[in-house]
Amino acid sequence: MVDMIQRFKALLAILALVLVAAMPARADDLKPLVDGLGKNGYAALREAIGALAATGDPAVAPVLQALGAGDLYVRKSDRAVFAATKADGGFALKDPLTGADAGTAGSRDVEKIRVNNAVREAVTSALGSLTLMSADPAKRRAAAADVFRNSDPAQIPLIDQAISKETDAGIATTLQMARAAAVLKSDAPDAEKVAAIAALQAKGGRDVLAQLTAIEASAPDGAVKAAAQTAITSIQGTLKLWDGAQNILYGISLGSVLLLAAIGLAITFGVMGVINMAHGEMVMIGAYTTFVVQELIRNNMPWLFDWSLAISLPLAFLVAGLVGVLIERMVIRYLYGRPLETLLATWGVSLILQQAVRTWFGPNNREVGNPSWMSGAFELGNLTITYNRMWIVVFALVVFATLMLVLKRTPFGLQTRAVTQNRPMASSMGIRTPWVDALTFGLGSGIAGIAGVALSQIDNVSPNLGQGYIIDSFMVVVFGGVGNLWGTLVGAFTLGIANKFLEPYAGAVLGKILVLVFIILFIQKRPRGLFALKGRAVEA
Amino acid sequence: MLNYVSRTIGALATAAMIGAGVTGAVAAEETIKVGVLHSLSGTMAISETTLKDTVLFLIDEQNKKGGVLGKKLEAVVVDPASNWPLFAEKARELISQNNVSVVFGCWTSVSRKSVLPVFKELNSILFYPVQYEGEESERNVFYTGAAPNQQAIPAVDYLMSEEGGAVKRWVLEGTDYVYPRTTNKILEAYLKSKGVAAEDIMVNYTPFGFSDWQTEVAAIKKFGSAGKKTAVVSTVNGDANVPFYKELGNQGIKATDIPVVAFSVGEEELAGIDTKPLVGHLAAWNYFQSVDTPENEEFIKKWRAFIGNEKRTTNDPMEATVIGFNAWVKAVEKAGTTEPDAVIDGLIGVSVPNLTGGFSTIMPNHHITKPVYIGEIQEDGQLDVVWQTPGLVVGDEWSDYLPDSKDLIADWRAPMSCGNFNVATGKCGGKGS
Repeated sequence: MVDMIQRFKALLAILALVLVAAMPARADDLKPLVDGLGKNGYAALREAIGALAATGDPAVAPVLQALGAGDLYVRKSDRAVFAATKADGGFALKDPLTGADAGTAGSRDVEKIRVNNAVREAVTSALGSLTLMSADPAKRRAAAADVFRNSDPAQIPLIDQAISKETDAGIATTLQMARAAAVLKSDAPDAEKVAAIAALQAKGGRDVLAQLTAIEASAPDGAVKAAAQTAITSIQGTLKLWDGAQNILYGISLGSVLLLAAIGLAITFGVMGVINMAHGEMVMIGAYTTFVVQELIRNNMPWLFDWSLAISLPLAFLVAGLVGVLIERMVIRYLYGRPLETLLATWGVSLILQQAVRTWFGPNNREVGNPSWMSGAFELGNLTITYNRMWIVVFALVVFATLMLVLKRTPFGLQTRAVTQNRPMASSMGIRTPWVDALTFGLGSGIAGIAGVALSQIDNVSPNLGQGYIIDSFMVVVFGGVGNLWGTLVGAFTLGIANKFLEPYAGAVLGKILVLVFIILFIQKRPRGLFALKGRAVEA
Repeated sequence: MLNYVSRTIGALATAAMIGAGVTGAVAAEETIKVGVLHSLSGTMAISETTLKDTVLFLIDEQNKKGGVLGKKLEAVVVDPASNWPLFAEKARELISQNNVSVVFGCWTSVSRKSVLPVFKELNSILFYPVQYEGEESERNVFYTGAAPNQQAIPAVDYLMSEEGGAVKRWVLEGTDYVYPRTTNKILEAYLKSKGVAAEDIMVNYTPFGFSDWQTEVAAIKKFGSAGKKTAVVSTVNGDANVPFYKELGNQGIKATDIPVVAFSVGEEELAGIDTKPLVGHLAAWNYFQSVDTPENEEFIKKWRAFIGNEKRTTNDPMEATVIGFNAWVKAVEKAGTTEPDAVIDGLIGVSVPNLTGGFSTIMPNHHITKPVYIGEIQEDGQLDVVWQTPGLVVGDEWSDYLPDSKDLIADWRAPMSCGNFNVATGKCGGKGS
């Protein structure tokens, strides 16, 4: 009996000890582990991350996140680790675990914990297992994707636990996939592995293909290897179909860029017949207008940044349009009917504009940011569609439709068409043809300017921006049929899609040459392009 | 009276004119002229303008120290306007008309090739500060930028190492001209010598200023989904880099999945991009602005004060210009003259401090010794060093990995004095000129 009591007491004591050990602020326990991150060398850093992750304590997650983001610093005096943010003259320190204020330090007193790709990978994999049970579905989704990518057999129990608790169907599927991928790497029996391959095959896609190829290469001959092989062939078959869809999509995207660049030229060259070599520089002026607007917003009203493009559009139209009107009034109007002189004069104007911008803004690229709604991508089946490309397609079509409306439904459009079709007749009807000329040229240039706003999102904003588009623009307008806006639309998308179908087989350099050869042959056959203008205007 | 006054004024004016003429002549005699042959307009202005400013800055610094051989240095700046034939004309103008003692200039290999005959004919000195494809060693040229073995090969070595991610599959992506093509040829041979199978190497070229990278990035993604760690080695040039990196970021290719190591992307190029999606992608250079040495800190401080811009970046070709300039000053002081033959012979073996805390020495093949750094792109657009070669690497002008140049060496010391000595045949004049 005494013995019993003694033993009971001992048990109680042990229990109490365990409780005491578990109870006190966990931060104190974790602190030495966190400070371990401050050791020198990437290998030591990876070990420290592993040690932190092994605690399985969700409190560690923000520390690892800060490490991945490069926000952790070591105080040189005592090698203690802090989350630091830049404050005037130095850094404001915070305890990485609790977020409590820990004073400040001079910029020379702390040193940043440097991370490389291997460390970042260790951080994401550690975070994946730590945030798998997070309350926030977005975090869980990211964690599930990380776990799938790492597919570590040791995590199978953890994944099982997460699956049993998961309420979101999408995340649960990703977790099932992650489990299947982990099973494939474990030493589970073949039957289980074959079932896992079947599950992965049902999901398909590039990530799965990558996992299966690795399995196929390492598996010994047998049921698993055979199953992996059939799965790979089947996934590759599906992906081939998607590749075709992807080419069309990329072609449409390239076509929309060509359309944007060419549409202004379709007016100045197509409608007015001016060979305007300075067209590309109007695009550049539009892009620089965007830069100036963004710079002003960044310095004065950062909260307006997402609207910067909307603000830039009318400004770019006005600035480029104004420059266009000036060029028309000062140079081109003296050269109507003399295409060679126009070509040389506008070429000179383009060089002057380029060098002016270079002197003013400097030769370097200027940073034009993507507003948040234009960054990133979304998945559609196995296609990755980037937001900026998608919005540019939409934008190009809207610009095209608006221009059509202006030319077909407004008095100005009527006058423009009248002047281009029969100048003496229009003039005798009381239309002031010189002003219509100037305004039409301004309209074409202004549209090139708003194209510049869109192109600043995907290309460099540098003085050379316009040069890259001038040849393509002429190609589109000539191919589509001079003087016909619909021709420009069809021409741009045809060339875009043809280019993107050739590129995977012929490479970018040869693909472009092939398209050019095709256009030359086409023009031999149909000198007036796809949609030739008919009637009196042609003979005039 | 009036007459007298006007005559006095006339005499004074004449005296002043003569005086001005005389002092002008004295000043002209007392300066040593330094030619600067960098494009200030056209497509290459983006990169080359900074180097022109660097030379002006160095001349200013040297003049503050009293010049060279007791004479002030005077810069003669010309603008070859990114036009290759114009480079040759301007080089001739600098040497024959302006009598410059040395020229700092050129960026692209084609501009260097275009001025070579001029420098040989008129026997002058050119310092070329940019990383290039190698396969050349000329008596009149000193190459202070990296040869392929000082940039490309160490970068690949790093990626193959455990720390760099143990990469097994390689995409060699480049702009379609001589530097990427030669570098990729060398890299392909090198990778194969390391046991990489041909199907694990993908080579692709795009035109200059290429902007629609969708297909290429999708192809990289596809190539990378074969279950082996994949990396991209990029020799994409200048402007085309920005849309390339934007597309990588937008299509969600992270550096932890498929790292991209670039040989033409430095601080200057990154200044035009939002670098958040690019964190972790790599660049290989012999200098980074972020290198933490007192020499570098002082250089950046003085450079920014000279240029009057507290945010101005520094980059690798600038450091190469600094090394070249200081080596030339040292060689001139050693020779006691600016006479080209004496300086060319004196330059070999000259050792000057570089900005990363070590010394760079000019070797008999007219290339220099350099450390090699691998940097990772950070959120602020700077590159943090994650790896460096244990010691200095000697520039290798003729690659050991190309079959027709592996037997060639260059040694400009007497008695060999040859830029392409064939070790196999024992004769000067193998490949090349």
